[in-house]
Amino acid sequence: MSDRRNLFNKVWDLHTVRTLPNQQTQLFIGLHLIHEVTSPQAYEILRDRGLKVAYRERTIATVDHIVPTADQSRPFKDLLAEQMMSAIEKNCDEFGVTLLDLKDGRQGIVHVVGPEQGLTQPGMTIVCGDSHTSTHGAFGSIAIGIGTSNVAQVLATQTMFLDRPKVRRIVVNGDLAPGVYAKDVILHIIQKLGVQGGVGYAYEYAGSTFDAMSMEERMTVCNMSIEGGARCGYINPDEKTVEYLCGRPYSPQGDEFEAATEWWLSLASGDDAEFDDEVVFNASDIEPTVTWGITPAQSVGISQPLPILSECPVGERVLLGEALEFMGLAEGQPVMGTRIDVAFIGSCTNGRISDLREAARIAAGHKVAPNVKAIVVPGSQLVREQAMAEGLHKIFEAAGFEWRGAGCSMCLAMNPDKLQGREVCASSSNRNFKGRQGSPTGRTLLMSPAMVAAAAIEGKVVDIREFGCVTA
Amino acid sequence: MSTKIKSVSGTGIPLLLDDIDTDRIIPARYLRCVTFEGLGEFAFEDDRQQDPNHPFDKAEYKGSSVLIAGRNFGCGSSREHAPQSLMRWGIKAIVAESFAEIFFGNCSSLGIVAVRATREDLQTLGAAIESNPTTQLKVDLESLTVTAGDISVSVEMADSARDALVTGEWDYLGQLLSAADQVTAHAATIPYLNGFTK
Repeated sequence: MSDRRNLFNKVWDLHTVRTLPNQQTQLFIGLHLIHEVTSPQAYEILRDRGLKVAYRERTIATVDHIVPTADQSRPFKDLLAEQMMSAIEKNCDEFGVTLLDLKDGRQGIVHVVGPEQGLTQPGMTIVCGDSHTSTHGAFGSIAIGIGTSNVAQVLATQTMFLDRPKVRRIVVNGDLAPGVYAKDVILHIIQKLGVQGGVGYAYEYAGSTFDAMSMEERMTVCNMSIEGGARCGYINPDEKTVEYLCGRPYSPQGDEFEAATEWWLSLASGDDAEFDDEVVFNASDIEPTVTWGITPAQSVGISQPLPILSECPVGERVLLGEALEFMGLAEGQPVMGTRIDVAFIGSCTNGRISDLREAARIAAGHKVAPNVKAIVVPGSQLVREQAMAEGLHKIFEAAGFEWRGAGCSMCLAMNPDKLQGREVCASSSNRNFKGRQGSPTGRTLLMSPAMVAAAAIEGKVVDIREFGCVTA
Repeated sequence: MSTKIKSVSGTGIPLLLDDIDTDRIIPARYLRCVTFEGLGEFAFEDDRQQDPNHPFDKAEYKGSSVLIAGRNFGCGSSREHAPQSLMRWGIKAIVAESFAEIFFGNCSSLGIVAVRATREDLQTLGAAIESNPTTQLKVDLESLTVTAGDISVSVEMADSARDALVTGEWDYLGQLLSAADQVTAHAATIPYLNGFTK
């Protein structure tokens, strides 16, 4: 009899240590990623209780959120950041956890580093004290963000309690039009299903649109699952997944890789797999998409006007009105032409090599508008190194973009990279929340890296399809 | 075993807005710390700076322990600093239309009661608090009700989280540790921990 379980339920069952009478699962965690913001208090809990890290070889740390991207000399000028850096160094040393620090050469945003190193593999359960852990689902793993108490639990036991979510299959079929990227696909899905639409669900992304995507594009999609309310989103492993993992430092090697491949591919949801819900979209309905508001669902296709409140459901009007007021935009106006002050290319959503290549292709031969500050922040030291080997940094610098060190940077502005006052930022990151980019009144427009590059050059939001460098 | 939390009583504070994310509850600059101590005073810091009428600044709501919130409360970042800051401000229970999952899980770990009510009932509770901020609320996990003076509304909560609070078994770390032998045995069955030979 065929196994009608979807990938999520196969992987969940495999990792179930026990089920409590209240139906909570004690789930074994295959990979625990650590960073400097959500771990110090967790290590302190272990210290208080006299506990050790149970599975040090399943635990790996890096530093990303507070890392300065311009001057990385120690001690950091921000003494609080320096204190956090010292804390993770001391904690990892004392508890025997591998730390990929600034001197290592492999440091970067935890969700870029995991896949890059081959740590992230199909069939694993992966957690990190960071909501964008959903990124790792691109490999067909169950990957979820957790809080600091959970980090302590996983450090001490390699397990945690979770309620099993339902699984919704989100099908997108068809080819993406030129100028439409993975970022636009996930922004479109969130726009249609809402920021709370995925609460209680894991998302399986399926269909020919995702099949055609590269692993990096799939990571962009899964990364933003949490912005649609789904703690976890995944794509079934296929030949592209296997090819990506082949030869990576932490990937299985030799005969073991072959055995692993067979197992990985066997986990994919079958044609007759069962789901709790299904939603279908057409790729041809998706155009370059830009957020205009203060939640990732408040977006429009670039050719569309902002909503008109009287045409929206009554229950939504307060929030939409709050968003329009904060953003200084009027109902019904186009998003196209919105002036920007800052352009940010980077983040765990869009800070990988393919993102930088595409942004550089757009930027090549142009100049950043005189009133715009534009920065490019690679997702990891290895992405940075690769980009420099390809000469991308020279293209960016010639166009007037600043070329920075690796980290989270202006996605959440815990480091010195911040908006000032009411600046408007075209950003390839994942959140347009009020104050997200470091200024309480700063404003964020989320879009693809190509759209950010074009906006930087024009000084305003433009349609990448009319920018003249879209390849059919 | 932790303290059994069967109910929370106290005055309420209304903040009936939707999609309140954890960046708003505690802005990222306050995450530059290695302890959660002192976060209470910065709850909703940026919203308070921009809204002179923010409930968290109003004298009549000081000392409240029950927060009335809207849909998808606590969405976004996984930062436990968010419920920590609310808890340290004085919040012991949150009644909302719905919660983001990571935030809800963090509340469970901290012993913060997080229950769901209908929009209509939340508006009723909010109006009662606004008209008389000294109104005593009781969030009762055994009867799954919230009372405020003469008003009583039904609320919902995941059984697992409710049981843990009511029985005092929300020290999840202790429970997880108690199954250490089972964990070791289970790890031996997972393919990628065993050379993909299982």
